[in-house]
Amino acid sequence: MSNIKKRLSAERRFKFYGQVGVFLSLLFVSLLIIKIFSTGSGAFFRTTIETDIFFDPELMNVDQNSSDKEISRASFEKLADGVIDFNFKNLSEDEFIKIREMYTRRFDYQLRDYFLKNKEVINNTVTLEISASSDLDQIVKGNYPRNVPESQRKINDYQLTILDELTSKEKIGSTFNFWFFTNGDSRDPETAGILGAIMGSLYALMICLVFSFPIGLFASVYLEEFTKPGKMTDLIEVNINNLAAVPSIVFGLLGLGMLIGVFNMPFQVPLVGGLTLGFMTLPTIIIACRSSLRAVPPSIRHGALALGATKVQTTFHHVVPLALPGTLTGTIIGMAQALGETAPLLMVGMVAFVMEIPGGPLDPATGLPSQIYLWSESAERGFIEKTSAGIMLLLLFLIVMNLAAILIRRKVEVKW
Amino acid sequence: MVNIISTKNVNVHYGDKQAINNISLDFMKNKVTALIGPSGCGKSTFLRCLNRMNDVIEICKVEGQIYMNDTDIYSNEIEVEHLREKIGMVFQKPNPFPKSIFDNVAYGPRIHGFTDKKNEMDEIVVTALKKAGLFEEVKDRLDDLGTSLSGGQQQRLCIARAIAVKPEVILMDEPCSALDPIATSIIEELITELKESYTIIIVTHSMQQAARVSDKTAFFHLGNLIEEGDTTKIFTKPDNQKTNDYITGRFG
Repeated sequence: MSNIKKRLSAERRFKFYGQVGVFLSLLFVSLLIIKIFSTGSGAFFRTTIETDIFFDPELMNVDQNSSDKEISRASFEKLADGVIDFNFKNLSEDEFIKIREMYTRRFDYQLRDYFLKNKEVINNTVTLEISASSDLDQIVKGNYPRNVPESQRKINDYQLTILDELTSKEKIGSTFNFWFFTNGDSRDPETAGILGAIMGSLYALMICLVFSFPIGLFASVYLEEFTKPGKMTDLIEVNINNLAAVPSIVFGLLGLGMLIGVFNMPFQVPLVGGLTLGFMTLPTIIIACRSSLRAVPPSIRHGALALGATKVQTTFHHVVPLALPGTLTGTIIGMAQALGETAPLLMVGMVAFVMEIPGGPLDPATGLPSQIYLWSESAERGFIEKTSAGIMLLLLFLIVMNLAAILIRRKVEVKW
Repeated sequence: MVNIISTKNVNVHYGDKQAINNISLDFMKNKVTALIGPSGCGKSTFLRCLNRMNDVIEICKVEGQIYMNDTDIYSNEIEVEHLREKIGMVFQKPNPFPKSIFDNVAYGPRIHGFTDKKNEMDEIVVTALKKAGLFEEVKDRLDDLGTSLSGGQQQRLCIARAIAVKPEVILMDEPCSALDPIATSIIEELITELKESYTIIIVTHSMQQAARVSDKTAFFHLGNLIEEGDTTKIFTKPDNQKTNDYITGRFG
């Protein structure tokens, strides 16, 4: 009776601490998300310059009768130069170069891609939204200050004058940056895309799943259902738990030393990256699978055994199906971990400038986290928003995977 | 009367602890034999020796001879899976598989390869459900989960599951201890019907139940077989003082 006030106030205090803790963690998460979104959302839009283009047959090596293959191989450099002369009359050599720098270096590719789809435009003039260079893009988005001396600016005074002129004519526009989702990496921020990294991560995760899920499942089934408990299984148990806590860079070294060093597998490919991530995921899967197997009530095993089922029949007809939801949840969480791991990819070389989008697990590739790392190291201002956009995508994938894990657990879980 | 199972000098150890002391007991064909006794007296352990379910427990050692139809069930020539096809078992807590009612019953026949034909399997399942007195209640929902049935129905499903593999003997380990009185009485009636086709050995805590359903009764105490004989005799004039004390409720 006498200490009731003390006990109740202790309870209130505890609740208060809990609320403060939850509030703080929510605050930090929302700060992170706000920061990433505000920096990264720019990457989804690209500044364009409305430009009149006269498809002058004299400046092109191809005409409307050329095959797609010929067009793909032809150079559109001259046409691009011609377009600038066509839009801005009477330029000096110096002015010409400065204006050319305001457009993306891939100007000619954009013209080529348009011509491939619209061959009838030859000898005609069309107005296209041509992508601006990253520096112009950044100044339009307001990420570069204008009121600094010319020597400290990427965009010089002449270009600023032209920009203001174009802006007053409403020729500067903005378009959704599909390139971010359809291109591989590039030296130019405006054309750099994340598809190559996504495909690299996808192939690596597929290899990781195909390698670690069956091995993990069968290893756990064997350990849990078929071995007699003893010193040996204790030893294995301790080792598996230790492996789950080993830093990922160590697994990266294992991949480098064993797969590449001993088995002479190629450097930089998702196959090796995936296997390395698989080593790392294996203990997570085994631990999840064993605990789900342990959660299956013995009465189910006894029921099947008493009917004359063999041990293997009992295990695979009854126990494993019941343990599968938990195992799958653990596997997806392991996969999500693997998706975010950078260190193993670093060690096996999946952190390099790769422009090509990998077509299979044996093509050179980067992964999502290593692409983010690469971009964050880049000097150009345009890559800062790419970095944040990459993080946004990575977080999106992680959220989707964890959500899938929760949904599977809810849907497939057996109720007793 | 023919003995279908006979045991001689059975000793069971769990590690260092002896659970069954030198028990010899015979079971008659098409009779219900009840094993009674206080908790921890070894009656369930003894029951599990009969279909070698004790093999599952690592530390459990069984010694002695157990013969079924004059074959030593612990000899190396006996496949334990085959033995359990002949001796079915129903457990204390209903343990249907979390599969459909149909699949629960069909599982045993399927693994033993009784038939490949769909209509023959239907026949086997329906017959087993009818014998277990469950068919009328579930005939419209054979695809429902076995675990969705009530406790008493689940236990009858487990009996149907055991019957479906056509055993000669059915072991029942306190089959009614998790059930209410109405479900219990249904199971007890069922046991009486089933003994025409099967030999039933039932472990029970309830002396009334033993008196109601069994023909023979064996009283266990602290791992020893104290007394065995016709149920009427055990419950009316037992030879042993301990048996008398137990059935009159003086201990246990």
